[in-house]
Parts: sequence; C-alpha cells; structure tokens
Amino acid sequence: MSVPPIRTVPRFSATFDRYTISEIQRAAATGIYDIRGGGAKRKVPSFDDLLFLGASISRYPLEGYREKCGTDVVLGSRFAKKPIRLKTPVTIAGMSFGALSGPAKEALGRGASAVGTSTTTGDGGMTNEERGHSSLLVYQYLPSRYGMNPDDLRRADAIEIVIGQGAKPGGGGMLLGQKISARVAKMRTLPEGIDQRSASRHPDWTGPDDLEIKIEELREITDWEKPIYVKVGASRPYYDTALAVKSGADVVVIDGMQGGTAATQEVFIENVGIPTLAAIRPAVQALQDLGMHRKVQLIISGGIRNGADVAKALALGADAVAIGTAALIALGDNDPHLEAEYQALGTTAGAYDDWHEGRDPAGITTQDPELAKRLDPIVGGRRLANFLSVLTLETQTIARACGKSHIHNLEPEDLVALTVEAAAIARVPLVGTAWIPGQGKY
Amino acid sequence: MPTHDLNVTAVRAVNDALHKLPPDTNETLWQIDNPEGRHAIGVGIDAPVDVEINGHVGYYCGGMNKQASIRIHGNAGTGVAENMMSGLVHVMGDASQSAGATGCGGLLVIDGDAAARCGISMKGIDILVKGSIGAMSAFMAQAGSLVVLGNAGDALGDSIYEASIFVRGHVKSLGADCIEKPMTSEDRDRLADVLRRGGIDGEAKVEDFRMYGSARQLYHFHVDNIESY
Ligand SMILES: Cc1cc2nc3c(=O)[nH]c(=O)nc-3n(C[C@H](O)[C@H](O)[C@H](O)COP(=O)(O)O)c2cc1C
Repeated sequence: MSVPPIRTVPRFSATFDRYTISEIQRAAATGIYDIRGGGAKRKVPSFDDLLFLGASISRYPLEGYREKCGTDVVLGSRFAKKPIRLKTPVTIAGMSFGALSGPAKEALGRGASAVGTSTTTGDGGMTNEERGHSSLLVYQYLPSRYGMNPDDLRRADAIEIVIGQGAKPGGGGMLLGQKISARVAKMRTLPEGIDQRSASRHPDWTGPDDLEIKIEELREITDWEKPIYVKVGASRPYYDTALAVKSGADVVVIDGMQGGTAATQEVFIENVGIPTLAAIRPAVQALQDLGMHRKVQLIISGGIRNGADVAKALALGADAVAIGTAALIALGDNDPHLEAEYQALGTTAGAYDDWHEGRDPAGITTQDPELAKRLDPIVGGRRLANFLSVLTLETQTIARACGKSHIHNLEPEDLVALTVEAAAIARVPLVGTAWIPGQGKY
Repeated sequence: MPTHDLNVTAVRAVNDALHKLPPDTNETLWQIDNPEGRHAIGVGIDAPVDVEINGHVGYYCGGMNKQASIRIHGNAGTGVAENMMSGLVHVMGDASQSAGATGCGGLLVIDGDAAARCGISMKGIDILVKGSIGAMSAFMAQAGSLVVLGNAGDALGDSIYEASIFVRGHVKSLGADCIEKPMTSEDRDRLADVLRRGGIDGEAKVEDFRMYGSARQLYHFHVDNIESY
C-alpha cells in the first residue's frame, strides 16, 4: 500500500513574490517596461510614523470651535507684486489636461475655488474651462512647453517652473496614444494618437545660473506681478531648495516619491527619488540657513491624504501642501461602486492605476468623451470642496490640541516619532525618549 | 522715436513701457542703445512695433514676442526669440544656443551662425539661419521650418515630430528617427516662402537644399525600437 507523500503547504518566496513573478511574466511577453499611474506603492517611512504630543500641564490647548485657529497662507511674498492668498494650506497639484478629462479639470477648479485655494495646470497647457472655474490658477512652465504662450502666462495667478516630479525625478512626461485626442493633440502641437513623450530637460536653460535668468525673463514678461514657484522631485532637497532660492524663486515645491503621476515606468516610480517625509527637514534647513524660512514659501506634496499629514508637514516647516491622488479619489477615482468595471479591466477598486490607458470607469483620467461624461463637474467639485474642508478642519483640530492659534505655529517640538528611522529623518525624538538619532543626546 | 539707453534706463522700465502700449499706438519705432549683453530685453511685447537694438543682447531677447519686429544689431545670447508667437526677430550677428526654442509662430532670422539646439522643440515658428547651426538642433521639433544656408552639426532633428528642416550645406549626422525626405511641391513652396520672408529671394535656390523630417518610427512604443529609447 502506498503512503501518500506528506507535503508542506505551498511556500511563496519573499523575494519572488506574486507581484514580482507576474511582472517578469509580463515583461517576457511584451518586451516593454510597465507603465502606470499613481505614486510609489512600496511602504516607506512616512507621516504615519509621527505623532503629535498635544497639550499637557505645560502647554495650553485652544478651545475647539471657539478660539480661532488661522489657516490662511500667503504664497509669493518675496518678489511678486500680487502674491497668492489662500484660505487653507491645501492646494491642488498640477495635473495636465490630457492626463485628466476636461470635466475633471473643471471639477478640480470648482472644488478648489469653493474653499479658497488654488489649482494648477499641467503638461498640456491651460484650458478656458479650467481658467474659468479656478479663482486662483497656477500655470505650469514645463520642459515640453506644450501650449505655452504669453497670454496664458498673463492670465495666470502664479507660474510654476517644473524641474521634476516626485514620481520621476529626472523623467519627462508620457501620454500614450489613446489619450492624444484631437483636442489634446492640437493643444500640444502633436499628431493625434501618437505615444507622446515630453522632454525631461528644459530646452533653453541648464543649471541654477541659467534658471535665475529664466525666472527674470518670466518676471519681465508678466511685469513682476506673479509669484514664481519652482517645483522639484524630492531627491537632493537641501541643495535644490538652496539653488531655487538663489535663482530667485518665490515658492519652492517639493514632491516626494509617493507623489502621483499620470503615466510613468513602474521601475522609475518605485526606485528613483526619496520619500516625502525625508524631503522636508533638509528643505527647511536650507531655507533657515539662508534666512529665508517663511520668506520663500515651501509647498510639500506626495502622498498627502488627511489633515494629520497636512499638520505634520506644516509642523516640520512647510507653509502649504499640494494634493493630486487624494483629489482624484475625492472626485470618484477607485470608487467601489465601479467594482464590476474595474474587474473587467483586470484590477479592483483601490488598486486601479492604469490611468495612462484612458479607460477610467470613473471618467477622470480619460479623453474618451463617453467616459468623461460620467463625471459631473458640479458634483465632483462639491465632493472635492467637502474633502478639502475636512482636511482643513482636521489640521485645525490638531493645531488647537497643540495650543496653536495658527496652523503655521505648529513646530517640530510638537512631534515625536514611532520608529528610529522616522526620528532620524524627521529630526524629532523617538517616542518616549529624548533621542533624536544623529543629534548627540543619548 | 522713443530712444532708450540701457546704461541710463533699466530693462524693466523699457519692457514696462513696451507692455503698456495701447494696440493702436503710433509710437511704433523704438530704439534701444547699449544693451551690453543684458538679459530679457524686449520680452513679452504684444504690439506691432519696430524695435531696433544697437549692440549685443544677453539671454532670451524677444522672448514670447507677439507682433513686434525686433532687429538686433549684434549677437544674441541663449534662447533668442524663445517661444515667439508671431512677428519677427532678426539677429544681424550670431546667436547662442537654443535660438527660437519652442517658438510657435513668426520668423526668426539669424544672419550669422546659431549654436547648439537651434529650434529645439519648435512648435510652428520658422527659422532662417544664414550661417551654420550647432549640434542637437531641432531636437523634438514639432512644427515649423528650420532653414539653414550653411551646415548642421551632430544629431540634427533628434526625436523630431512634424517640423521640417532644410539644409543647403553638409549635415554632420542625423539624430534618432530623423531622415532625409523627398521634397514635395508644397515643401518647396514653404521653403521658398521662408527664404522670401527672410529677404534672400534669389540668392539661395530651393533646389540646392535637402529636406529632413521624421521617419515616424518612434511615434509608438515598440520593443524593436529599444535602442532609441
Ligand atoms: C493624473 C496626474 C497627472 C499629473 N500631471 C502632472 C503634470 O502635468 N505636471 C506636474 O508637475 N505634476 C503632475 N502630476 C504630479 C502632481 O502635480 C503632484 O506632484 C502629485 O500628484 C502629488 O502627489 P499625490 O498624488 O500623492 O498627492 C500629476 C499627477 C497625477 C496623479
């Protein structure tokens, strides 16, 4: 009589996990790298590793709802004749018309305007819908210069020179053929339906000395009215911040590796750049070393999800934050109601990231007119406004608990870290100790 | 005629005055003396004026120009006429790199040579260079014509989209996806038009040029193009 063999349960490799195996199989079948939207999905040290201490015997809290906790932010006070005044420290990050549908851009404008904050164009120029529905619109100046023109520069409220993005520091844009509709193609002066790659370097300047002259030119064209932001992907935040300040920026924007993208190689998203948390202290340090903290404003983005993230970014020294992915989710991206359609695309609600394919069931990351119709810009705008209000309220809740009458009074001393890594990165003590790794105490 | 000596009046003041011109201005002749390599002279003009600049200019002279005719009696630094929308920028001397970068319309004429990246990412501007152009010219050029009476440097038209390049002299090398193409009668007409608008009608014959443009092989991601990515 044969004895059935005794086996262990199937054991999956930590190295060759299911995702890795599927990626090798995909690569072998297609011969081309994987492109997707979204930001880094791996776990990295983040705001989740920090906690606020709140008030205690030595610190008074403010009374919720009764005592004022200011949330206004001024951006561009260094040189611009017309700085931007926001009612909340949360702005909408640059996402291109092309990557997003017209109604989605309109919804972002409506939502942001309803709560007194700004929205931003993207790698594809400014549309009239977007300008019309955004009370404060930041116009991106990118390496591709798609749709760039002096009239839109003059009707913008601020100009953002994009050097890089957190999802792909050193990479140019990508927009695959499915999304190059007739209108998108015309705005970008490109043939319809091609797989479009935008340049990764600016065509007419290289390095900080040139950037200074470029900023001077943009100021001259717009008669020194508009704040000029410089946006970089987080990689060398200390030096990039210092060089942006030296070049004459009014505002520095730093986007960490969790920051979303409309379409980038997976290998790029997951392996180039540093986490958002790791970018803030070096950037603030650079501003402080130059005596420019709060004079040149710092906007932080990349994986901001809630008021706690906002409060932590501000406590570490940022002046404001920007959101992309969370804003799209607020509009309706990855909604479980669309599960059947996500399944049909081979994914599931919560994991859908094929934003480059233009088949978004929520009608947001698409140029298909039928799909785009699914997003009602008024409803979407309302949802975004709600979400932004919650972020502001949550930030105030934390600030009041720490006894601050303005969100900008939050400070590193209000924070502790849950892990040694986060303590070292955020330069705050490990919880329950007085130890900041690298700073000499015990 | 308003005359501005940049050793006396700041570039800011001159640009400001040019920006404030009403559309029906009769102050249509402007003279700028002693530019001495200053940057951003005559940027963002949107009026049908003639601007004569007597001397060498720094970066981005005539940037984003609309309608104006700007003549530079000297050499021009980086990015002359960058992102021009319409009008004319005429450099009587040589131009540094990225001349006419991302230009959307109008005509840029360079009497001398242009350095690297001439016409980079051009989007509809026409550029006429009477001398030679440097390496990586017309990189990712999207639309418009780049006409060169002299020679072209390395990697001409790398990753070019739908712009056309006409060169009378020698091309050192072509960039990725850029090939020589036969000229149609339409192409000849476009070339003749740029030559005529550049004021060298007759001096250069259309037949003496060769035309380069996109092979359109990189328009879609494909494994067989791997060496070009
Ligand atoms: C769909 C989409 C399109 C984007 N397009 C641009 C762009 O055109 N220019 C740019 O600078 N950043 C772009 N970004 C990046 C955002 O501006 C921002 O840096 C990022 O989304 C912030 O991170 P978060 O998504 O985690 O909030 C895009 C992001 C997304 C999600």
